[in-house]
Amino acid sequence: MPTDVNSGLATLSDQLILATVLLYVFAMIGYALDLGFGRVRTAAPARVLVPVGAGAVQTLDPHTDGPGAGSDGRKPPAWAARAATLAVALSCLGWAANLGAIITRGLAVGRWPWGNMYEFVVAICFAAVTAFLIMQARQPVRFLGAFVSVAAALGLGFAVRYLHVQAGPVVPALNSYWIAIHVTAAIFASGLFILAGVSGALFLARGDGPSRLPSRDELERVAHRAIVIAFPIWTFAVIAGALWADKAWGRYWGWDPKEVWAFITWIAYAAYLHARATAGWRGRAAMIVQLVAFGCLLFNLVGVNIFLSGLHSYAQVP
Amino acid sequence: MTATEEVRADPVRPTGLGPVGWLRWAWRMLTSMRTALILLFLFALASVPGSIYPQRSISPDRVAQYFKDSPGMARWLDRLWLFDVFTSPWFAATYLLLFISLAGCVFPRAAAHLRELRRTPPAAPRNLSRLPQHASFTAPGATVDTVAAQLRKKRFRTVTGPGWVAAEKGYMRETGNLLFHAALLALLVAVGAGGLYGYRGNVLVVEGNGFANTVAAYDRYIPGQRVSAESLEPFSFTLDDFQATYVATGDRRGQPLDFSAKLKVTDHPGGRERPYDLRVNEPLDVNGTQTYLIGHGYAPGFKILDGKGQVAFEGAVPCLAADQVTYTSECVIKVPDAQPQQLGFLVRFLPTTVPAQDGSYVSVFPGAANPTAQVFAFSGDLGMKSGQPQSVYQLDTKNLKPLVMGFKTKPLSVGGTLPLPGGAGSIQLTGVREWISLQIAYDPGRIPALLAAGLAVLGLVLSLTVRRRRVWVRVTEAEGESTEVEVGGLTRTEGGPGFAEEFSQIVTDLRGPKAGETASRQGVKDAH
Ligand code: HEM
Repeated sequence: MPTDVNSGLATLSDQLILATVLLYVFAMIGYALDLGFGRVRTAAPARVLVPVGAGAVQTLDPHTDGPGAGSDGRKPPAWAARAATLAVALSCLGWAANLGAIITRGLAVGRWPWGNMYEFVVAICFAAVTAFLIMQARQPVRFLGAFVSVAAALGLGFAVRYLHVQAGPVVPALNSYWIAIHVTAAIFASGLFILAGVSGALFLARGDGPSRLPSRDELERVAHRAIVIAFPIWTFAVIAGALWADKAWGRYWGWDPKEVWAFITWIAYAAYLHARATAGWRGRAAMIVQLVAFGCLLFNLVGVNIFLSGLHSYAQVP
Repeated sequence: MTATEEVRADPVRPTGLGPVGWLRWAWRMLTSMRTALILLFLFALASVPGSIYPQRSISPDRVAQYFKDSPGMARWLDRLWLFDVFTSPWFAATYLLLFISLAGCVFPRAAAHLRELRRTPPAAPRNLSRLPQHASFTAPGATVDTVAAQLRKKRFRTVTGPGWVAAEKGYMRETGNLLFHAALLALLVAVGAGGLYGYRGNVLVVEGNGFANTVAAYDRYIPGQRVSAESLEPFSFTLDDFQATYVATGDRRGQPLDFSAKLKVTDHPGGRERPYDLRVNEPLDVNGTQTYLIGHGYAPGFKILDGKGQVAFEGAVPCLAADQVTYTSECVIKVPDAQPQQLGFLVRFLPTTVPAQDGSYVSVFPGAANPTAQVFAFSGDLGMKSGQPQSVYQLDTKNLKPLVMGFKTKPLSVGGTLPLPGGAGSIQLTGVREWISLQIAYDPGRIPALLAAGLAVLGLVLSLTVRRRRVWVRVTEAEGESTEVEVGGLTRTEGGPGFAEEFSQIVTDLRGPKAGETASRQGVKDAH
């Protein structure tokens, strides 16, 4: 078992994280300029040609033919669109730095680089940005960039400031191949849930009238897509967790606080999917359920580790 | 099938229907989608206190501490089962109601789905252009049969009539949905059965000693209601050696890296011995009975002579770690056989001893690099005859006379002997062994539960990604080039890749490669 830490790589990883935060902040400014000075979008027009759930081909591109294009009659400045392009480029750079930080940390310690809270939060921010970049390449959701960048920069800043621990080996309980399966799944699901959560918050923040934010339908669609992908991954993460608990703790389910809250989160997202399929619950009510579920997810990631004591040994906060 | 279509969701309350009517109403209420949702929420809510208050089944010591700290509050919490949330009647009630509600909706829906699977797609509506997806074009040579064949190639189920084709696809959605719900039901059964027919227990084993899987051998044994003592898997093992590795340098010095217990296992009485390396994350499995390494500690060996020069005690004494970083450990030796007076000892075991500046001694590393024992000796009546149960880890020194207080005296090294004052005897540290604590568990529900969970995920993915959709085609055959084809499409559920794209692909394929500049109108309306 590797116990030596390559301190050069570990330092490089720490520096890359700082670079990542800066790049995300710059990207956020770019997106914000586009949002602030770009086109105004109206609320979802009553009967546009938008099939719900349709893919990239048929959906609207707000940068070319958005229905609310210049509804106040003025043309947006050309540099606003350029700012958006630049922001995407900066996001990609930040994403690469984030990835680099994760890889160098992993190489420095010779194990999977998500063995403690710091590494876990860094990986989740990476997953959220990854989910956003993939989605914006296939669908016109660039507007989310400002908010995803803020969330990722805040998450990373929080991790660096409050959670950072020196790179090092893990305790025996975490030394298992299950870390690659269970935690990786939890990270990807969480990244997607963050995307959905950001859309949900915007949905509620946005009125029904014209706004620089995209229409409620668009926001709702993004959130639903993210959750439909994330929910089975989350389910898998919970089951993989049970399999690991069966190996490590002598039972597959023992109502440890982390297990309780993973279960509650799961039920809350299942309730969102049900609510969305139930007449009278679509739209605002379903979105609120979604945000409650997101709150449970965040509480499980942060609150449980700080307030409740359990068996998850990664959870030690410095 | 969407939730919106569930007619049963909101049953009208019957008036004057008599007991049967009321029962039927209650049943419908219980098995409705909305009730299931509410029960689901209640189930989640009911588990919250289990994450806030310490639970007896997980950390009994923390519950005891709670009782000590605030007895009044603890009594009230206990009355509400808040220290046993997951075995409480109210938790069981939500669980049971959810179970019945699930069963009540899965079985009828499964039956309905089976009938649906055998039914043919419904005939085309009169006006296809009213459908959310619609297109029309001319396709020379198209007939009802060629269109139906083309749709079947796309794995649609088809039925034809005079001049029309009806096709449907995506039955896997409901199948997946039912599979998911049925698997949840199976999961609940597996968990319940595991609790009834399984058992778990804890035991502490010192190096050189062994364990045979019988009820009497456990320190703590928790059987399910349906477990008989004879049914325990008859395996046994001895612990040859336990090794712990720690980080030796740097700011993580003392952090454990690896634990490994070398066992010699006999799977059944009279069987061949086999070696097994028991580690964290790698339990020993004997026919489904799992043995887990969950803790470890030191068991220094002592030899104690009493005032008459007799050996009053000899053996290894398990100590509990008082501090995880240095593994400074504490233990108690009670020597009721010592003459003329009973002897009692409190021992602080220091695995890696160094002198501190104030003249005391401390441990600086969890590994046993320089093991010593500080001895606090007492004489007097240990009170063991009073019949009150005593903990082996506690010594009540209130009525005892202190003989040695070992804080600042040089602690005993291995082989060293400390004479007790007043000719009361002596104590010798004879060696250092280690102990491991084990959890042994048998849960017959774990494999079925895993299978059920796997099926649930499969069903979930199907029901979230497959889309149920119908396509109708009307073919108006005419002379020459002008056979009119009208296509309409409808999906009733969301999720999965866009139906609009699939529809336009179908239209393109039906038109065929030769399709010319025919007038086509493709309207796309909000499908919902
Ligand atoms: C007890 C009675 C229940 C009934 C009658 C019920 C009924 C339904 C119905 C009608 C759907 C919609 C299927 C569709 O849109 O095609 C559905 C979907 C679903 N159900 Fe249930 N359900 C019940 C309990 C549960 C439970 C306990 C869970 C798990 C926590 C659950 C999880 C789901 C999920 C994840 C979906 C997919 C949502 C979607 O299709 O958008 N259900 N259920």
